[in-house]
Amino acid sequence: MPRRFSIPFTSSTPPALNDKPSANRPASSRGNRVLSYFVTPKKQETQSAAAALQAASEKPQSFSSSISPAALPLPTISLSTARADSANMDEPPTTLFQPPSPAEIRRLQKQHAQFGPLVSPSHRHVSRHMGGESIDPVEDTPPYFWVVTTYISYLILLAVGHICDALARRFDKKNFSQLMVHNGYAPLTDSSEAFYTRRLKMRLNDCFNRPTTGVPGRFITLLDRTSDDGNYTFQYTGTKTETLNVSSYNYLGFAQSEGPCADHVEEVVRKNGITVASSRSMGGQTELHIEVEDQVAKFVGKQSATVFSMGFATNSGVFPALVGKGCLLISDELNHASIRMGSRWSGATIKMFKHNDMKDLEKLLRENISQGQPRTHRPWKKILVVVEGLFSMEGTMCNLPGLVDLKNRYKFNLFVDEAHSIGAIGPRGRGVCDYFGIDPAEVDILMGTLTKSFGANGGYIAADKNIIDALRLTHASFIYGESPSPLLLSQIHASLRLINGELMPGQGEERLQRLAFNSRYLRLGLKRLGYIVYGHDDSPIIPIMLYNPAKMPAFSREMLKRKISVVVVGYPATPLISSRARLCISAAHNKDDLDRILAACDEVGNAMQIKFSSGIAGGAPPLPAGVTPEMERKWKEKGQGWFGDKLDVQPPRWKLEDVIKHGVQDTKITLR
Amino acid sequence: MSVHEVPTWFSDLGTELTLLFQKLPGSSIFLRYIKASYQDDPVRSAVELFLVLFALRYLLASSYSTQKKNNLALTDKEIDELVDEWVPEPLVAPPTVFEEQENDKRPVISGATGPKCKLANGRTVTNLASYNYYNFLSSETLKEKAIQTLRTYGVGPCGPPGFYGTQDVHIKTEADIASHLGTPACIIYAQAFSTISSVIPTFSKRGDIIVADKAVNYSIRKGLQISRSTVRWYEHNDMADLERVLTQVVKEQARKPLTRRFLVTEALFEDIGDIIDLPKIVELKERYKFRLILDETWSYGVLGRTGRGITERQNVDVGSVDMLIGSLAGPLCTAGGFCAAGAVAVEHQRINSPSYTYSAALPAMMATTASETITLLQTNPEVMNQCRENIKSMWAQLDPRSEWMYCTSFIENPMMLLQFKPEVLSARKWNVQEQEAVLQEIVDECLVNGVLVTRRKGMPRSVSAKDFGFECMPSLKICITGGLSKKEIEKAGIIIRHAITKITRSKKS
Ligand SMILES: Cc1ncc(COP(=O)(O)O)c(C=O)c1O
Repeated sequence: MPRRFSIPFTSSTPPALNDKPSANRPASSRGNRVLSYFVTPKKQETQSAAAALQAASEKPQSFSSSISPAALPLPTISLSTARADSANMDEPPTTLFQPPSPAEIRRLQKQHAQFGPLVSPSHRHVSRHMGGESIDPVEDTPPYFWVVTTYISYLILLAVGHICDALARRFDKKNFSQLMVHNGYAPLTDSSEAFYTRRLKMRLNDCFNRPTTGVPGRFITLLDRTSDDGNYTFQYTGTKTETLNVSSYNYLGFAQSEGPCADHVEEVVRKNGITVASSRSMGGQTELHIEVEDQVAKFVGKQSATVFSMGFATNSGVFPALVGKGCLLISDELNHASIRMGSRWSGATIKMFKHNDMKDLEKLLRENISQGQPRTHRPWKKILVVVEGLFSMEGTMCNLPGLVDLKNRYKFNLFVDEAHSIGAIGPRGRGVCDYFGIDPAEVDILMGTLTKSFGANGGYIAADKNIIDALRLTHASFIYGESPSPLLLSQIHASLRLINGELMPGQGEERLQRLAFNSRYLRLGLKRLGYIVYGHDDSPIIPIMLYNPAKMPAFSREMLKRKISVVVVGYPATPLISSRARLCISAAHNKDDLDRILAACDEVGNAMQIKFSSGIAGGAPPLPAGVTPEMERKWKEKGQGWFGDKLDVQPPRWKLEDVIKHGVQDTKITLR
Repeated sequence: MSVHEVPTWFSDLGTELTLLFQKLPGSSIFLRYIKASYQDDPVRSAVELFLVLFALRYLLASSYSTQKKNNLALTDKEIDELVDEWVPEPLVAPPTVFEEQENDKRPVISGATGPKCKLANGRTVTNLASYNYYNFLSSETLKEKAIQTLRTYGVGPCGPPGFYGTQDVHIKTEADIASHLGTPACIIYAQAFSTISSVIPTFSKRGDIIVADKAVNYSIRKGLQISRSTVRWYEHNDMADLERVLTQVVKEQARKPLTRRFLVTEALFEDIGDIIDLPKIVELKERYKFRLILDETWSYGVLGRTGRGITERQNVDVGSVDMLIGSLAGPLCTAGGFCAAGAVAVEHQRINSPSYTYSAALPAMMATTASETITLLQTNPEVMNQCRENIKSMWAQLDPRSEWMYCTSFIENPMMLLQFKPEVLSARKWNVQEQEAVLQEIVDECLVNGVLVTRRKGMPRSVSAKDFGFECMPSLKICITGGLSKKEIEKAGIIIRHAITKITRSKKS
């Protein structure tokens, strides 16, 4: 295996600062959103005198004083800035007066490409629900102009696609034959079914399935490729690009090829081999399985747990084992494909409720418990409510307190899929229960994957012992699927011990707190720049709304140009109009990385006009001196603005320098 | 507007519409028809028009209200009472004694799995339960290579293949499998069991037709279920019955628009171990224009000179199999599954197959190990020899010599499945549960004598029987490995045979 030690980003010039004066539009609320149709963003810079006056009077003095761009800790991220003597625990201190040897520099470079050094000990935060505040995040909407143009874009795309298809059917029979009846066979993929793939997704194919190599840590190395046939096929150019990785689910930064986890994996592979070559129920069970299961159970706070070799299969196999005919499965409408597959396998009746809408859920529960099964009106045997802890496309968390209240009233069983939340949120990284301070006993079944925060592969289910015992007899992956291999188990084992502080005390905590800080910092920064971001403040998943379908590939390519790899998702994974880019934050990032993302987003956001936010979802300017958040809350309740006048919500369009300057300290208080 | 004016108004409207219609091509025929049928009666036309509009409104109205027709109207108080009264069943039923034992008795291996392995209770046993046919598990070179991968890629790819989870090692493994089999393309999944259950619904949808063998494994059955296609079964491995079903399907469908038709079967059956007649199946599927989805989970890496599976063993062009599904978790000793097919079919799966698109990619260490073991089979097919010899030795010990059980597996299948002979069953009148219990005692007896074998486990009846009428008889499962010498295999064979005899004899009824 060739090893490369290249210094990343040395070829990239740091993105230029945005030195345009920040646009301070006059107060615009939802009502005059239509107005923005007529106001092109360029014109925003020419402020009316009144608006400028108002802006000046509202801004505290320190805020408007300009900062010289040179003073900014901006994306001059060459690895040499990563200090070897920083507070990071996993590196030995080096003496200041002895320049490190070239070998040492290379070693550090490699290490820092996987896990960035902490820039300052203040860049930490504890992920915890701060009580009182409303659980559901405010969802902003774009100006109508963008909604309309999004629909028009799709119409044009569809029309062009159909015209192309019609022409291809006529003139390009060779390539089209697979979509038509040929030789007595129906086409393998319906032309309507494949239409979306061929005519819409093909245009942005270069943004998907980007092949990578090496560790998906803080940086990820992409294999460069080009296409000369409209993204139908790709050719590798043989070159590689090291990019900042905000796409992998590497929440706690355990994607590492060295360090305590990798060392432990190596040791176990030498001793126990690569796999156990059979299914769990037929001879594929080792002491390692039992040990890791105990560890997982203790970690999530349940009596018992069992692990499987794939997260998807954990879900697809668990529902048939729990519910069946005569049972009702109530599922959040945005639940993951694996949950949908499993619930269909189970044969239970499936109903959906609106995403995170407790009122809708309660209505559904009342209706179904009182009416019983359709036609016969027999009572349901069991009702299982299935939600995700942290939704991977929305960044929202389930309303666990609300669900537990409903559960106590309506006696259903609760299943929480913690695929993204386990390890990623909560003061001890133990998922949504930990985050909301709720006893895990309140949730019947806690499912999670080991693919994300723990850097392994697989899934687990934790519940009472009798449930786990039953699953061991009836879960398809336990009976037929391959047993989790020693290399995965050892990674899980080591990462759990790290998180708990049993191995290298302090490091696990650092990871958790860095993740919490990074998530909040970037989210706040993006809101202040003017982006519409979805999701919960503490969620490491940050979806940036783009709306127009053409902006997906544009955003992805622009970010790639700035050596940042992001994920873009659109219809059908999201509702038609809400195409988005998704940033997944990791503990492996440090503040320099986040500032680099902010700078890139600022630039790209101006160029692509994707700073849509109206201000209702946060990003407001800082409070003037002497005003406390409580005072502001009281004013808001009374419907007043800061100075006793009408409540005005301003679209936040902060300058990058101000975002960075205020970021660290504002991240640690309730985001506004 | 008075009542008298209404007819005139409508007739005016009628004329206007007439004029409009006349401008449309083909409208004259339509108009002639209306004129003839209503004899220029404007009132009646107006009524009809009104009805048409009403029908349109009705059709455009929301369609969901019909389902609530059946609902009882209840007050809030009544609902509250019903909520108070409702008592759900416990989430899982209490276990039976047999189930409890099953959980307690599941063997726990301490340390490495191999031809001989140490159990948690400290005893070392001969392991005939793992799919370690060629003893790749004990290979130090494979371990070294895996560790090298670990030091370059880490463990997990931390994301689905579409979102930066595809690594160069996956691309290489896919290419390796494709070139081994000779197919144009290949796609790897993260778990073998979840492969075919996701491939089938990716292509076969509501309205499509699937013809399947009655004995196909659980994963295929789940794939069929979720595809919502029309499924027609044929008797296990009965080519005449298959032909009957195919002709019937073709006849039934003759008038209807052409939909996709698939034939789904396994090469070596997971639950029985026997082999299919692939040339015959290919002949039939080509005659009746079905696409063949072949599950080679248990035959890839087993049959054929270089382990290419049934196509190599029976000399069939791999191109005539439309989709070939296999496993990397069995004899290849890694993890994951694959689907080898044409380029179009593979690319379609990359964004439409749920367990590929929405699940993390295979760990790099697994992918590189698979590449290694596949290369080993290709360049060094002798690694399979010892296992093949051992299969013969075990057969000689069991099948012809046991009065009680016979082997249902194909003679080259290292996974030997032994069922009770029909005459034993008819004499003892054992039902399925009783057979399972006897088999478990045999397994326990073998373990006491130092041989680890298992029952063939499957979904409990209560879960599986309801979605499917066919269930094959319980069996004992012995997995041969090339990691043992002929002597050791023979010794294990004798122990198993004696255990079968001892236990079966002691159970009189
Ligand atoms: C909510 C949820 N459940 C389950 C899974 C599947 O996990 P895995 O990738 O380990 O198969 C995912 C992965 O994306 C997920 O988001």
